[in-house]
Amino acid sequence: MSVAPADVAKIASLARIRLSDQEVAAMVPELNGILAWVEQLGEVDVTGVAPMTAVIPNSLRLRDDVVGADPLTGGNVRDAVLANAPAAEHGFFGVPKVIE
Amino acid sequence: MTELTDLSLAAIRDGVAAGDFTATEVAGAFNAAVAEANPALNAFIVTTPDHALAAAARVDAARAAGQPLGPLAGVPIGMKDLFATRGVQTTAASHILEGFVPPYESTVSQRLWDAGAGMLGKLNLDQFAMGSSNETSAFGNVISPWRATGDTAQRAPGGSSGGSSAAVAARIVAAATGTDTGGSIRQPAAFTGITGIKPTYGRCSRWGIVAFASSLDQAGPMARDVTDCAIMLEAMAGFDPKDSTSLDLPVPAWSAALSDNLAGVRVGIPREYRLDGMDADVAASWEAGIAWLKDAGASVVDISLPHTKYALPTYYIIAPAEASSNLARYDGVRYGLRDLPDGASLQDMYAATRAAGFGAEVKRRILIGTYVLSAGFYDAYYTQAQKVRTLIARDFEQAFAQVDVILTPTAPTSAFVLGEKSADPLEMYLNDVFSVPASLAGLPAMSVPAGLDRHGLPLGLHLIGRPFDEQGVLNAGLAIERRAGFAARPDKWW
Repeated sequence: MSVAPADVAKIASLARIRLSDQEVAAMVPELNGILAWVEQLGEVDVTGVAPMTAVIPNSLRLRDDVVGADPLTGGNVRDAVLANAPAAEHGFFGVPKVIE
Repeated sequence: MTELTDLSLAAIRDGVAAGDFTATEVAGAFNAAVAEANPALNAFIVTTPDHALAAAARVDAARAAGQPLGPLAGVPIGMKDLFATRGVQTTAASHILEGFVPPYESTVSQRLWDAGAGMLGKLNLDQFAMGSSNETSAFGNVISPWRATGDTAQRAPGGSSGGSSAAVAARIVAAATGTDTGGSIRQPAAFTGITGIKPTYGRCSRWGIVAFASSLDQAGPMARDVTDCAIMLEAMAGFDPKDSTSLDLPVPAWSAALSDNLAGVRVGIPREYRLDGMDADVAASWEAGIAWLKDAGASVVDISLPHTKYALPTYYIIAPAEASSNLARYDGVRYGLRDLPDGASLQDMYAATRAAGFGAEVKRRILIGTYVLSAGFYDAYYTQAQKVRTLIARDFEQAFAQVDVILTPTAPTSAFVLGEKSADPLEMYLNDVFSVPASLAGLPAMSVPAGLDRHGLPLGLHLIGRPFDEQGVLNAGLAIERRAGFAARPDKWW
């Protein structure tokens, strides 16, 4: 499989990365080179092989379902959460208007 | 007396404990070495001399008060700028995080401070740890302290932990943290003549480490020798409820159990790693490694890891797929850069922010990852890669029925000149051909210096162990270290 400029533009839009037409054009052969190379995986017989889910067997844990289990994110830490926001306003994350 | 900056981590710790010198003197000596070298090497994105001095003052006060000292008391280290450090800018070497000051501390860095270490600064790296030469950093290339004989060309310190490797090799830090997703501790260690170990996946908490590919990312130490790596790994490792994949296992006393007596140990030599056209010096150092391990009492067994050639393409599907998901969080809303063109909508802001904030290699990998996860291609690429990954892990499982540890070269060449491989992403990816398979299988693996090649540049040997058998890897590493007698260090040209 190979990608055309329209495919790259579509992927970039899905990934929310703005690319100029020149950047799309430059990316097409690079992505096609990488995709052609990874395509060799198609020759491996994987009949009956399960996809890897965990390299080291481990059981997932759940923390207690209580407020404030993690003091870093558990509540009453609004100023710390907003401290690195590019536009914090009135105790919220500020974003461009999304409704008219 | 030897210069304090020439001492190993263990010698610094023991010297501080014995009162031969103070932690403050050590921190001062390293701070001065960093200030002198960093303009030339660009190993640090920010330096934090006050952090190092404050930690040292606490150690000196504790010693004066007769209190017990931690296992890294008085040791000044460098912290890869992928670890969140409270109150100190953390960037992952990306413009998109420039100015980000975490209000929290990563588990691994906290454990190191609790053990008595101090921080000299945040070390440069490939952007979001994506690269093998440190050329994708938004803060400029790291320059290796090593130069080829009779040649002043600037060489790669390896990547992604290139600031870490350069700083340890230049003796401006006693040791450094690294992270390894496909070889990012081991390849830079090999390029700079130092030692680095990636432990079993889950040994070190990932909490507070900027995520690249979460099923592969592991932190580990980079230091001057095997003993220092063992001591530092003991401080870094351990169960952390904040990381869902953290291993709930006790941390063995690796440093106390170090032994280079390999009687009864079987060492596997995988035939698939003998690549056509292998560099003659790399092949010779591999042969020397085999002889050293035999000399230490090990027996050597030829083994097969039949899916080795598929490891790199598998990695270059899985790692970008995970990265495209992990890096979705950089949206210009909660932290980091925001680019808001006039009249832009929210969607435009996302796209503009990510266009301005991410470097070319990061964008390339996000696009690959988005593509292989997209509707219609997911099974052909991503599911197929995860199945091949199962086969690669199974290869190792079968090999470890026959052998205890596997020996290979760490990298296919010694350090290349900066710019030499940056034009072709595929050529750069091939640098990780020997390190990626162990990453895909979550296995402990380390690089130890083996010698210099015909250009006077370091070569590393690579040891891969069973899951949880860091001890077997460290002991085989120690056997090589003691027999290789690697004492070369870069000339101080800075």
